Amino acid sequence: MSHEWPLFEVFIRSRSGLEHRHVGSVHAADARMAVEHARDVYTRRLEGVSIWVVPSAQITASDPGEAEALFEPARDKVYRHPTFYDIPDEVKNL
Amino acid sequence: MSAPEPGDALRAAQLRYVLRLADTSLVLGQRLGEWVGHAPQLEEDLGLANLALDLIGQARLLLTYAGELEGRGRDEDALAFLRDAPEFLNLTLAEQPNGDFGHTIVRQWLIDTWQLQLYAGLSASSDARLAAIAAKALKETRYHHRFSSGWLVRLGDGTPQSHERMQQALDSLWRFTPELFAADEVDEVVCRAGIAPSLAQLQPAWSAQVDEELRAATLARPPAAPHPWYGKRGVHSEHLGHLLAEMQHLPRTFPGARW
Repeated sequence: MSHEWPLFEVFIRSRSGLEHRHVGSVHAADARMAVEHARDVYTRRLEGVSIWVVPSAQITASDPGEAEALFEPARDKVYRHPTFYDIPDEVKNL
Repeated sequence: MSAPEPGDALRAAQLRYVLRLADTSLVLGQRLGEWVGHAPQLEEDLGLANLALDLIGQARLLLTYAGELEGRGRDEDALAFLRDAPEFLNLTLAEQPNGDFGHTIVRQWLIDTWQLQLYAGLSASSDARLAAIAAKALKETRYHHRFSSGWLVRLGDGTPQSHERMQQALDSLWRFTPELFAADEVDEVVCRAGIAPSLAQLQPAWSAQVDEELRAATLARPPAAPHPWYGKRGVHSEHLGHLLAEMQHLPRTFPGARW
């Protein structure tokens, strides 16, 4: 494996109405092959009805070194959590 | 066999026809299984194994049906593991060795394009059981073809080296393609009964699809090959015996083994 294919991130929608979720990644030479690999690796047990693949290099990630600046300020703002409402049991997947 | 009645002749032809389909899928599935642990990438390893499992699944349905048509109490395992090479009726192309990845892809693509036409025709078979198996297999085959034709173009229209090796693979495997559409008395009997589509009618569509995809892959169609092969009549190349030795070793050494 001296010359690795580029990495693609894989997102699977498990059934209609739900969102695509990140499930892992595959190596592939191009996007079409990435969909096939994702199908073969991640949907062998009927896990999905839709696949997205995105070149991993296209993802811009936050810097762990900036975690404090990015996320700490939200820590003391509990009033942003909607925990003061009753959710009806009928509402799923909220 | 006792002297055949007209109905018996049809049933015998039907049995042989189903065995040909079953054995082609089984032998090709076994060949693809040989790649497990050896494919160029983990993802391709899984991809080839998935194709193999589809094909072996088709073979199981077809062999079970063949056992019922035969009526001698043989189940799918008895037919897969306890017959010898001359009793196997697969296409000669299916048993050809994996070679390099390009050989495997070309072999797969040639059979995928053939199965696409065949299963589509068989989906309308007067034999409801065969029609149902074909309809299921057709969905699987559409994916197999997506896989193999993708690689055909990617490697054929790839680097000079990949192009050359794909052309070599095509040149060496093309001589087995006349058998795909060479109809014999079995094909004629099941075709007349509405059980199977006419091979002669499927051939032009296959040929056109092959030409189109070879063009996309920048590969040259080899000249027509005169030599017919007769795997589907039980006359095989030297490779099938080795394949069966590996595939059948365990059930023959330990009859009834389970794990």
